[in-house]
Amino acid sequence: MHNLKINFKKAISAIGCLMFAITVSAQSPKGEYGSFALTNATIETVTKGTIQNGTVVISNGKITAVGTDVAVPQGAKVVDCRGLWIYPGMIDGGTQLGLSEVGSDVRTRDFNEVGDVIPQMKALSAVNPNSVLIPVTRISGVTTVLSLPEGDLIPGTAGLINLYGYTPEQMYAGFEGVVLTFPNTGRKGFFDKRTDDEIKKAAEKSLKRLNEVWDMAVQYYKLDSATGSKGVSYYPEMQALLPVVKGDRSLMIKVNASKDIQAALKWVAEKKVRKVIFSGVVEGWRVAGEIAKAKIPVVAGPVLGLPTRDYDRYDKAYANPGIMMKAGVKVALCTGGTENVRNLPYHAAFAAAYGMGKEEALRSVTIVPAEIFGVADKLGSIEVGKNATMLISDGDPFETKTNIKYVFIDGWKVPMVSRQTELYEEFLKREPGVSKN
Amino acid sequence: MKRILYSILLTVVTLEATAQVEHGSVLIKGGTLLTITKGTLENTDLLIRDGKIIQIGKNIAPPQGVKVVDATGMYVMPGIIDAHSHAGLDAINEATSPVTAEVFTGDAINPFQVELYRALGGGVTTIHAMHGSANAIGGQCETIKLRYGVKDPDGLRMEGAPRTIKFALGENPTRVHGGGNNIVPRTRMGVEFVIREAFSKAKEYMEAWDRYNKSKGQKGFRGAPPVYDLRLETLADVLKGNIIVHCHSYRADEIFMLLKVCQDFGVKKVVLQHVNEGFKVAPELAKFGAMASVFADWWAYKFEVYYSTAYNAAILTKNGVTTSINSDDGELMRHLYHEAAKTQKYGALSDDEALSLITLNPAKQLGIDGRVGSLEIGKEADVAIFKGHPLSTYTIPMITIVDGIIRFDREKDPDDMRIYIDPNLPLEETTAADTHTNDVENCLQNAEEAFNYMFDHN
Repeated sequence: MHNLKINFKKAISAIGCLMFAITVSAQSPKGEYGSFALTNATIETVTKGTIQNGTVVISNGKITAVGTDVAVPQGAKVVDCRGLWIYPGMIDGGTQLGLSEVGSDVRTRDFNEVGDVIPQMKALSAVNPNSVLIPVTRISGVTTVLSLPEGDLIPGTAGLINLYGYTPEQMYAGFEGVVLTFPNTGRKGFFDKRTDDEIKKAAEKSLKRLNEVWDMAVQYYKLDSATGSKGVSYYPEMQALLPVVKGDRSLMIKVNASKDIQAALKWVAEKKVRKVIFSGVVEGWRVAGEIAKAKIPVVAGPVLGLPTRDYDRYDKAYANPGIMMKAGVKVALCTGGTENVRNLPYHAAFAAAYGMGKEEALRSVTIVPAEIFGVADKLGSIEVGKNATMLISDGDPFETKTNIKYVFIDGWKVPMVSRQTELYEEFLKREPGVSKN
Repeated sequence: MKRILYSILLTVVTLEATAQVEHGSVLIKGGTLLTITKGTLENTDLLIRDGKIIQIGKNIAPPQGVKVVDATGMYVMPGIIDAHSHAGLDAINEATSPVTAEVFTGDAINPFQVELYRALGGGVTTIHAMHGSANAIGGQCETIKLRYGVKDPDGLRMEGAPRTIKFALGENPTRVHGGGNNIVPRTRMGVEFVIREAFSKAKEYMEAWDRYNKSKGQKGFRGAPPVYDLRLETLADVLKGNIIVHCHSYRADEIFMLLKVCQDFGVKKVVLQHVNEGFKVAPELAKFGAMASVFADWWAYKFEVYYSTAYNAAILTKNGVTTSINSDDGELMRHLYHEAAKTQKYGALSDDEALSLITLNPAKQLGIDGRVGSLEIGKEADVAIFKGHPLSTYTIPMITIVDGIIRFDREKDPDDMRIYIDPNLPLEETTAADTHTNDVENCLQNAEEAFNYMFDHN
């Protein structure tokens, strides 16, 4: 009897421990690091075809083996991926993720600093690793995003981040680019009440300012190289533009209207800007041949958008990436979003359906942006030596019926929870229901 | 003779009034029919006669003079219904008072908006053209059919659709009035008061009229009629159950508040709009019999939608709340089939459940489910034809039919579908924003003071 009691107590405390463990794991699930073997999977490598019934080995944050004839290393955690697919993590080439939390609340918006030419403002400094929006995004298989400052002419420097980590440094994915909002001759939206003349004048003024700034940056570069950096004083704007003039860093030109795209092409050629990426480019289809000829890669989007003109065909935004791609432009995609960057695969699906095709659409959210951002040695495909950043799904990740089962970012097996999934768990069958007592 | 002439004239006038709605006849051959109410019918024909579905079956022979659409390999579903839109309207917000029940969006229909055609390009056939959310009690709304090409605004109305009215809770009315004009409501307490006060006054008004109407025939009655007031008249119709309340709302507390207020005043026909936190009070909504019209996944664009989840529609559905997915947006409106499909990722709804969210359920919320929302004999012939299953992200809407008339045909329509071309419009006008897109509700359009206020003082 006595023994029984003790056992009973033990049992209760064991149950208690178990419950505690469950509660703890529900409240603060942790990422897992180490060696993993993802076995029996269909592997969409993107760059080296599809491997049936293959294995991917992850070790120390890297992909160390890919193929059908791969031994599971000792000590590796085996994740049986029978019936599942492995894709590289998806990359969104244009977002405000991490820089904005609640759209309408200026206190939570950190992407628009004061000043018209402020390339020294770095997105990476203001990315909030603990944004509630980040887990919501990454469990949908979007693992890497470019976060862009936004505002006036040169609103800052964008940063590419992986969506797992507790400091911007841990998240940094190896690319930064100076953002240029190319002088816009279009209207910004229904709230833009400027006259045509005012818009034209503003664009001209803006272009004049841009030319002044660029000429100054070139002068600064000359002074800097002539004096071995000794002859220049503290000048943060020019220092931030220096790598762009040198060709060490990309200039990301946000440009949409076709006339503006043409003006930007002309400007880039005139100024001999060495590394350029166009961003947005919603009217790229109008001047696709010219963009292709200039060999400037684009990050196009949002795909789920309206045509820019009343007289344009209703599906032009859907068709835009495909038209540019077929004209020979290197096209990556972006959502232009913040809280719904998770919809990147659906932007890609619409691009695919309206002309781009599935294969190219997949490339446009994986290897192509990795190449454009100069990080294709680390991201964008399932290859040995690359970072272990991937998604594992039970089907085509561009379809809404598909579930993303696991996500790895830099070798970390990411917990598949977000506040949105937690709310689902709590409220699907709410307790108490209508009556409390 | 005079009488005969008069009656002829009357007939002509009546014809003139009803002839505004064109009806067509089409035979859709060999498609997979997603009927919503009667399952999926493969390789089945659907015959439309004079704007009505009259036959569903195999190998229907084309009646003479009836156009035939070959839908082999394609999917045929009821036209999509958007229970929350501001398309086709030239005015949205009468933001001059916290209560503006007297105004009516049906007075501001613009049949020339190309947005209506673009919605047809997404398989949409009926929309609820709503007043905005600037006021606790906004204006009455109009249910319109996307008969794009018809130039008479009256020709877009869905004749006989029940009357509806827009209410709004939370940040929008409190910002516009309390924040912008320094009058009640500035808080959610104030919003409740504004609605209770309006209902109470309407109740007094209604009772005063009832008393007057009852006694005016009595011998010796000398009283005067109460002063006619369109605002109170409209609200009295809400209390009598003649107008369905469509209430913009987000937070669980304010949703619950509205249910209590409606319960206290005997208002039973209630649809919550947006209702991002509806999932938190799903049992209460189900018990009340209130319905919910939600976004698939919009959130975090303002504070009151920060604690949202994309599982909202699924939780509501599984708790027995009649739920629809709406757009509130000219872009989103074009892919409501894709928005509905997201409930399969977020909550694993079945195909029929997901498709109901954009067909039969919004029809119920607008009180038009006897007429549209499913493919059934006798219903109005509003049909969308897709290449690929409409819940696949790779699907493409091909043909959209309203009242038996093909209003969108992807293969045949020219690029430029404007009906009215403004000669003053510059040819190169581009509305390409240089700002990033953020999911923003469009409910505050036209409340420009409020809009500027939000931008300046946020």
